[in-house]
Amino acid sequence: MNPVPLKESRVLRWTIAILGLVLVLSVTQELARPETTDLISAGTAGSTLRRAVPILLAGLGGIWAERAGVVNIGLEGMMILGTWFGAWGALEFGPWWGIVIGIAGGAAGGLLHAVATVGFGVDHIISGVAINILAPGITRFLSREIFATQTGGGITQSPRVESVGHVDFPFLSGGEVFGWASPDTFGWIADRGWFLVSDLCAVASGVTSNVSWATLLALALVPGTVYLLWRTPFGLRVRSCGEHPVAADSLGVNVYRMKYAAVVISGGMAGFGGAFIAIEQTGIYREAQTQGRGFIGLATVIFGNWQPLGAFLGSILFGFADALQLRDRTAVHALLLLTGVAVGLVALRALRRSQPVGATVLLLISALVLWWYSVTESVMSELPPVTPHIATLLVLVFATSRLRMPAADGMRYRKGQE
Amino acid sequence: MTARRIVMALAAPVSAFTFSVLISSAVLIAVGTNPIDAWAEMLSFGMRLETLVETSNRATPLYLAGIAVAVGFRMNLFNIGVEGQYTIAALLAASAGAAVSLPAPLHILMIIIVAMFVGSLFSGVAGYLKVTRGVHEVISTIMLNAIAWAMVGYLMRTWLADPNDTTLNLKTREIAESGRFPNLNGLLQTFTRDIKGGRELGGFIIVAAVVGVIFHLYLTRTRSGYDLRITGLNPFAAEASGVDPKATVIRAMLLSGAVAGLIGLPEILGDDFKYDLSFTKGLGFAGIAVALIGRNHPAGIAIGALLFGWLDSAAPILDVRGDAPREIVSILQGVVVLSAVVAYEVVSRVRQAQEARDTAIATSGPLPASDDQANAEVDR
Repeated sequence: MNPVPLKESRVLRWTIAILGLVLVLSVTQELARPETTDLISAGTAGSTLRRAVPILLAGLGGIWAERAGVVNIGLEGMMILGTWFGAWGALEFGPWWGIVIGIAGGAAGGLLHAVATVGFGVDHIISGVAINILAPGITRFLSREIFATQTGGGITQSPRVESVGHVDFPFLSGGEVFGWASPDTFGWIADRGWFLVSDLCAVASGVTSNVSWATLLALALVPGTVYLLWRTPFGLRVRSCGEHPVAADSLGVNVYRMKYAAVVISGGMAGFGGAFIAIEQTGIYREAQTQGRGFIGLATVIFGNWQPLGAFLGSILFGFADALQLRDRTAVHALLLLTGVAVGLVALRALRRSQPVGATVLLLISALVLWWYSVTESVMSELPPVTPHIATLLVLVFATSRLRMPAADGMRYRKGQE
Repeated sequence: MTARRIVMALAAPVSAFTFSVLISSAVLIAVGTNPIDAWAEMLSFGMRLETLVETSNRATPLYLAGIAVAVGFRMNLFNIGVEGQYTIAALLAASAGAAVSLPAPLHILMIIIVAMFVGSLFSGVAGYLKVTRGVHEVISTIMLNAIAWAMVGYLMRTWLADPNDTTLNLKTREIAESGRFPNLNGLLQTFTRDIKGGRELGGFIIVAAVVGVIFHLYLTRTRSGYDLRITGLNPFAAEASGVDPKATVIRAMLLSGAVAGLIGLPEILGDDFKYDLSFTKGLGFAGIAVALIGRNHPAGIAIGALLFGWLDSAAPILDVRGDAPREIVSILQGVVVLSAVVAYEVVSRVRQAQEARDTAIATSGPLPASDDQANAEVDR
C-alpha cells in the first residue's frame, strides 16, 4: 500500500481523467448549444475554484482531525468563528491579518473541541454539536458589540471588507512582470474556438487569471497536508493515533499531544475557510454565511477517502455545482444531460463487473434523468445547491465498501485503558 | 447512599450552569456592563405571568425536539436530522390540514398523524441506509437536512403555495377553524390574573407532556424500550441476549422522526395556522442542546427546555432597559451545553471510580477475615 498519491502512474491516470472530464463537458456543451455556453468557460472555472476553496479547507480540517482519530462535526462552528474573526481582523488590521485572525478563531474552536474530546473524553459528536451551537452565539454577541456600532455594520453583518488581492499568472494569463504585460496565452487560445483545446485553455485561463493570493495559499495546503501527514515523523505519529492509539502510546508517542495538535490544526483550517468566505468570496461578514459548508467539507473527507487529494477533487465537484447555479440556470439544465450520461457510464461499468442489480438501478436512474432533460426547459432552482448532498449520499450508499476510515476514528481514548 | 446519588446527579448540571453564568458574567464585565444588574433585571422580568406564558410556549417545541433527539441518543444514534424532519413535516401537515375539513378532534388528529408520518419517513431513510449500507446516520441526516430544505423551498414555491395569495410572502393555505388547537388561557386565568398583551398559553404543551410521559413509560416499561436502552448501553450484550440490532435502529429512527414531526405543530396549529417563510427554524439543533443538558431523560429535558425557553423569553428586557446586550443569552446557552456535556463526563467518571472502589472494598473486605479463620483453625 502506498498512501502517497503521487506515483507516476497516478499522475498519468489523473491527467487522463481530467482530459476525459473536459472532453465530456465540451461534448455536453456542444450538444446543449445554444441553450448554454457557460458549462465550460473561464468564468465558470474561476468561480468553481473560488467556491471550492472554503469546502476544501473544511475538508482538509476534517482530514487532520480524523487522521488523529477525532471526528470533527464542529467544523461548521469553527468556520463560523473564522468568518467573524476573519472579517473583524480584516477591518482592524487589513486583509492578511484577517486571514491570520480567522485561522486563530477557528483554531480556538478546535482547541475547545480538543479539550472536550481529548482532555475530558466527551463523545466527539456531542462535543462537535455543542461547538456548533456555541459558535453562532459567540459571533452574534460579538457582532452586536462591535459591528453594530460601526457604519455599514449591524447585528448580523459587518462593514465591507477588503480582499487580499488577486494575481494573473504571467505568460499564462497575461499577468504583469515588472510592469510589462506578458501575453495572455490561455485566453488567446480559448478565444480560437478549437474543439477541446480551446475549452481546456478556457478552464486553465479561468484558474490562472484573477486568482486570489489566499486561494493559492489554500491550494498549497493540499500538498502541504500530504507532506506533513505522510512524509514527516510528526505526521506518522498523528496518523498512528488515528489508527491505533494504544500501540502508538506503547511506542512512546504522546497521544494526547498529537491529538491536541491535529484538532487545533483542523480548527485552524476551518477558520481559514471561514475567513476566506468573508474576506475573499463575499467581502463582508454576514450571519450564517457559511451555509453548512463545514458539513460539506466533512462530506468531502468521506468522498475523498480521508485523502487530501480526494477531498480536493470532492471540493472541486461541489464548487462546480455551486458555481453553475449562480452563473447560469440553463447550464444546470444542461448538466442533467451530463449526469444522465455519467450515470449511464457507471452503469455500464457495473455491468462489466457483473453486478446486474446495481447496473439495472443505475441504468434506470440514467434513463430517468435523460428523460427529465428532454421534457423540461429548466431545472428548479432548489436542485443545484443540494446536488453535493445527494451526491454524497449516493457515494456513501454505493461506495462504502471501498472507503476506509482511520481505524480508531471517533473512539474515545484514555491513556492506560484498552 | 441515596443522598450521595442525588448530590452526584445534581452536581453536573448545577456546576455547568454556575460555570456558564460565571463565564457570561465575565463577558459582560469585559464589555463594560454590570452583570448583577442584568441578571436581576432578567429575573424580575422573567417572573411576570406574560413572560412565563411565553416561556411555556417556547419550551413546548423545544421539549418535543429534545425528546426526538433523545430517542436516538438513548441508543447512541445521533439524529442530527431532526431539523429537516420537522420542517418538512410541518409544511406537509399544514398543507394537508388546509386541504380537508373534518370535525375538530379528527381534524387535529389527522394533522398530527401526517406530521408524525412525514417525520418518520425522513428519519427512516437514514435508519434504512444505516442498517442496509452501513451509512453513518450523522452524515446521512446532515445530507437529508439539506435535501429536506430544498424540497420545502420547492414545494412552497410551486405545488403547496396558496393560489389566492397576492403578496410575495410565500405561504400555504390556512387551516380551517376545526383544525386549530385551543389555547389554555381560560384554564390559566381561573388560577391567576388576566393575561395581558394578547398572549396565549399554547395548548400543545399538553401534547408535549403526554409525549414525555409516553417516552418514559416506553423506555422503562416495555420490552421494545428496554431493547433500545440496553442496545445503547452495551450493543454486544444486547445482541447476545437476542435483541435484533437492525430492527432496533430502524425503530429508534422512526420513533425519533415521528416525535420530530410534532415540533412544528405548536406553531402551525396554535399560532399561524399555515406554513410560511417566517416559520421558526433551528429548533432541531436547539433540541440537541436541550437533550444534552437533560441527559436524554424526560424530566431533565423538560428542565433544559424550560431553561432555554425562559432565557429566550426574559432576554429582550435587557435591550429594553439597555443594561446589557440580550445576545449574552446565546453565549450563556452555548456555554451551558458545552460545559454540561463535560461536567456529565467528569461526574460519570468519578462515579465509576467510586463504584470500582466500593466494589473493591466490598469484595476484598472478608478475605483477611477468612484468612484469620483459617489461621485460627490451624492453630486449633
